[in-house]
Amino acid sequence: MSSIRAAFEDTDAALVPYITAGDPTPDATAAQVRALAAGGADVVELGLPFSEPIADGPTIQNAIQRALDAGMTPDRFLDLVRGLDVDVPLVCMTYFNLIYQYGQERGVEPFVEAAAEAGLSGLIVPDLPVEESDALKAACDAHGLDLVFIVAPTTRGDRLDRVLERVSGFVYVQARLGTTGARADVSDQTHDSLARLAEADVPRAVGFGVSNGEHAREIVAAGAEGVVAGSVFVDIIAERGTDAADELEATARELKEGAVAGVAPRPERT
Amino acid sequence: MSDVDAGERPGKFGEYGGQYVPEALMPAISELDDAYRRYVLNNEDGFMDEFRARLRDFGGRPTPLQHAETLSSRYGFDVYLKREDLLHGGAHKLNNALGQVLLAKYMGKERIIAETGAGQHGTATAMASAHLDMDCEVFMGERDINRQRPNVFRMRLNGAELNPVSTGSGTLKEATNEAMREWATTVEDTHYVIGSVVGPHPFPTMVRDFQSVIGTEARRQMEEKLGCLPNSVVACAGGGSNTMGAFDAFVDDDAVSLVAVEAGGSGLKIDEEEDLAPNSASLSIGEEGVLHGARTKLLQNSDGQILESHSVSAGLDYAGVGPELADLVDDDRVRAVSVDDDAALSAFHRLSRTEGIIPALETSHALAYLEDGAELGEKVVVNVSGRGDKDLESVVEETEKRDIEGAPSMGVFE
Repeated sequence: MSSIRAAFEDTDAALVPYITAGDPTPDATAAQVRALAAGGADVVELGLPFSEPIADGPTIQNAIQRALDAGMTPDRFLDLVRGLDVDVPLVCMTYFNLIYQYGQERGVEPFVEAAAEAGLSGLIVPDLPVEESDALKAACDAHGLDLVFIVAPTTRGDRLDRVLERVSGFVYVQARLGTTGARADVSDQTHDSLARLAEADVPRAVGFGVSNGEHAREIVAAGAEGVVAGSVFVDIIAERGTDAADELEATARELKEGAVAGVAPRPERT
Repeated sequence: MSDVDAGERPGKFGEYGGQYVPEALMPAISELDDAYRRYVLNNEDGFMDEFRARLRDFGGRPTPLQHAETLSSRYGFDVYLKREDLLHGGAHKLNNALGQVLLAKYMGKERIIAETGAGQHGTATAMASAHLDMDCEVFMGERDINRQRPNVFRMRLNGAELNPVSTGSGTLKEATNEAMREWATTVEDTHYVIGSVVGPHPFPTMVRDFQSVIGTEARRQMEEKLGCLPNSVVACAGGGSNTMGAFDAFVDDDAVSLVAVEAGGSGLKIDEEEDLAPNSASLSIGEEGVLHGARTKLLQNSDGQILESHSVSAGLDYAGVGPELADLVDDDRVRAVSVDDDAALSAFHRLSRTEGIIPALETSHALAYLEDGAELGEKVVVNVSGRGDKDLESVVEETEKRDIEGAPSMGVFE
């Protein structure tokens, strides 16, 4: 069993926070990850910043810009991961071009090999639909990395089947159409998406717009095995800069407690 | 029209093309691919008949193929101008915008969004949307808004809503990012009219097909006028829609050279130190990568971060290029060349002064290449992709900075 899968098995409701590596400085990230783990994160998603983040809303776009301005690169990202001594699995979220260009020879293999060697457990690539993922999936399988896919409210029928055949670790359920970013409410589309994924044999983590403990509770109560939250943490970093650890930990704890509170009313998975 | 399924997978041109988009958009581009096949390739419900009739009556097609007498005697070969500047709106962009807005209507979509660089595509989309009674919202970089003000007013006059994009350098790349985000949010009732032969399949193929009327007409006009094909077809290349539009009808004519002229800007290099490219020459010096939904040639650094590009012409100022054009260049079917900002400005003034036609700064790059064009042959077709009214402010400003032979004094109000 992969370390990501095991992390979901170890808890009743998983918390998967996202932060952008290198925001606001390359040196700040390690303390942020430790704070999230201390607050109850089960898996941490680390963004490797790309200059054209088409799937991200303004909050994470700004974080990516800060990280790029502060000098984050794929090599520094992997060094950072190598130096992290946390016991939660780490997933790299990045766009395809950075994976494709890494190393001396163009192609996905060098990045995946380096990612596995550095200690990453999986990848999420928001601009890589399942149709374009043959080479990356093969490389991830060869190096023992999970490849997490996003399922959108518009993913149905045959496409949904194709995604579920290929996904590993967990399936990232996009709560609503649009880009990443904190919202005031939990989308109705969440219930519908979870119902469509009832047969999936991987854990379902819902993200896009999750920003407080109540959201996390509602999502888990609707049936999810986990929640993904990014912008709420990125907002804290935007405000507190290199002094964000305490608040990251407190917010992670609030979301984790919310998620766990949703377990009792959660329907049995069929 | 070429076969949409040619190659290993639909929408692949050799190694280029594909569909690298967020999951939320995949069903929409499948739906679009299906509509493209039905309405465009198979003329279902008479779509293509209606498209051609509207291009004629609303757009003013066919556009003339004009022998340029002064240029011909200057160069010693015959120059024929394909006058897309005379298409309604003043640029070739209407061919594609009208096609896509009409297609969106056939698909039952209610709303149109578009990105724009120079504002020509935004203007064309706003006109087509007003003409076909669709709501229209255009994303445009703030820097481009400032250098293309006349087009901003034209869009507003046609009833389009304008969305300024302030991220990054505030040009076409950022406007495209923002339009893609908006599409991912509103995909169920909205069609995204991409303005060039870029983006995920089916856009590169579909936009080429809508634009291919340029080359189809030019080919017929050459045969009618002279009973032969040209030796060369020359077009400027940013994203590549006027380029593919002019070339497509000639791709199988091996005797016809196809020359894509890119913006050399202020230098044909990539500056890794400053993380920028002082040009927009992705065919000439770009490397393979993935941007805005497709694998193509890109201006990027060694990590794969996309670079800020530069051109005096806002419409060419883009770090990517259409995947089919990238493939045709690799196959040596299309020759990629470049001219710099200064040469383009000189050509702008030359055509204005000697032929009475004020060309777009984009087009001026194609015209500038004629100066180096000894090998182009006896008969050369140049695609005049658009007229230059929108560029007057930048031309005045840029001309004052330089010593351009034959340029008039711009200080008329002194």
